[in-house]
Amino acid sequence: MQSIAIQVKDIQKSYKKLSVLNGVNFSVERGSIFALLGSNGAGKTTLIKILTTLLKQDGGTAVVNGFDVTSQPDHVRQSISLTGQFAAVDEMLTGQENLIMIARLRHVNQPRQTADELLTRFGLTDAATRRVATYSGGMRRRLDLAMSLVGTPPILFLDEPTTGLDPEARIEVWNVVKELADGGRTVFLTTQYLDEAEQLADRIAILHEGKIIASGTLADLKKLFPPAQVEYVEKQPTLEEIFLAIIGKKEAR
Amino acid sequence: MEVTTLVPGSQQMEKIHKHFFADMSVMLGRSMRHIFRSVDTIITVTIMPIAFMLLFVYVFGGAIQAGTANYVNYLLPGILLIAIASGISYTAYRLFIDVQRGIIERFRSMPIAPSTMLWGHVLTSLVSNAISIVVIILVALIMGFRSSAGLLPWLAVAGILALFTLALTWVAVIPGLTAKSVDGASAFSYPLIFLPFISSAFVPTRSMPPVVRAFAEHQPVTAIVNTIRALLYGQPVSNDIWVALAWCVGILLVAYIFAMRVYKKRV
Repeated sequence: MQSIAIQVKDIQKSYKKLSVLNGVNFSVERGSIFALLGSNGAGKTTLIKILTTLLKQDGGTAVVNGFDVTSQPDHVRQSISLTGQFAAVDEMLTGQENLIMIARLRHVNQPRQTADELLTRFGLTDAATRRVATYSGGMRRRLDLAMSLVGTPPILFLDEPTTGLDPEARIEVWNVVKELADGGRTVFLTTQYLDEAEQLADRIAILHEGKIIASGTLADLKKLFPPAQVEYVEKQPTLEEIFLAIIGKKEAR
Repeated sequence: MEVTTLVPGSQQMEKIHKHFFADMSVMLGRSMRHIFRSVDTIITVTIMPIAFMLLFVYVFGGAIQAGTANYVNYLLPGILLIAIASGISYTAYRLFIDVQRGIIERFRSMPIAPSTMLWGHVLTSLVSNAISIVVIILVALIMGFRSSAGLLPWLAVAGILALFTLALTWVAVIPGLTAKSVDGASAFSYPLIFLPFISSAFVPTRSMPPVVRAFAEHQPVTAIVNTIRALLYGQPVSNDIWVALAWCVGILLVAYIFAMRVYKKRV
């Protein structure tokens, strides 16, 4: 049994002449949270698409859960779930119907029960029988994550899971992700928010212009900078802290 | 909920095609729900052909020499084909929405056979088109449509219409997956809706100028219309039926292969 969940070697990908990934290397340990950090257009989504079998790489190899993404895509698909950049939910169906649909496609024994458990866990029970078209952005995201948890795939891919969410919903998503990793799953997420990587990830890799330019734990990355100098600065609350204090829901979940 | 402890890499891997029919029925159930929750789509699909039928029978009909006493009888097969040609554009629309919303990426990253999702949409198209066909035939009955055909010829008509729907729906899958805008996803059906006008659907082809007539007599709609007409009114079915079947099966195969390739490649 390997302790490596994802192994990426020299992955290359270009769209026509535009080179997006120029030899990406990294590995992700089982049960850890791995954050791929990069600005818009750095190639994060392209890399996630290759790892989730949606896109073929031009060169290099990627092994997910011990299966090669090119030669054993079906086995990779049975090992993963993907939460894309935009909530991939069916708006015409209710939240419950969405979950039951995925549960049936994943051949879970009791689709309805699985759906109801997830609805409870994600605080969507009251909205269960409403069409998703009426959901808020945060609720959609929660449903989206819930759909990715059906059938307990061991490796989760989250592509910018908190983009477009309000601060409250962001913290909710963070809590879910932490919970998942505590339960033994491997989480691979991309983000453009530094604080998100700092909050969540066991290891962080920075993707820039198609290459990993730095990777390691937060402590490793901090070592790359000159030692901290002590300065005395008045601590001002951030707007986020003020916002959360006012609405008083900071500790809600 | 307690998170179950996972034993990494120990999951039993299985062949994805094992669940083909189960998966497809889930997909079919999904898109049937879409249809029954937006009944307006069926109404739109039904109203236009009925309007054409009223217009041609009660406005132009008096001036058209089709050689039958009852022009509704002459017209109906072509009207049914127009209904199908406009009905299938909703399949393109629904697929386009699936691509836009990203749900297609979720399905593609799941262990299900690639064709199940498309077949779900295609079979839904078959059902919704069947509904609008029945409605249109009922309206035609009120307008004086009568057929001498027995059960067998009616079944043959249903079979040809189903095959025609299948073939065109697979054509519709292609723009549904590739279009850049909603308009692009449905614009392809305009020429299809127009095709029956340059065929034997409304007037006999012998009344047309030579070039138009040549086109009309060698395009699929004429063969299909002639076959359905012969079946409905107890006339001998000529070679047209084989030409009609060949067109439908040919379009179906080419469109299916192409659509599957697009689906697998789609980024």
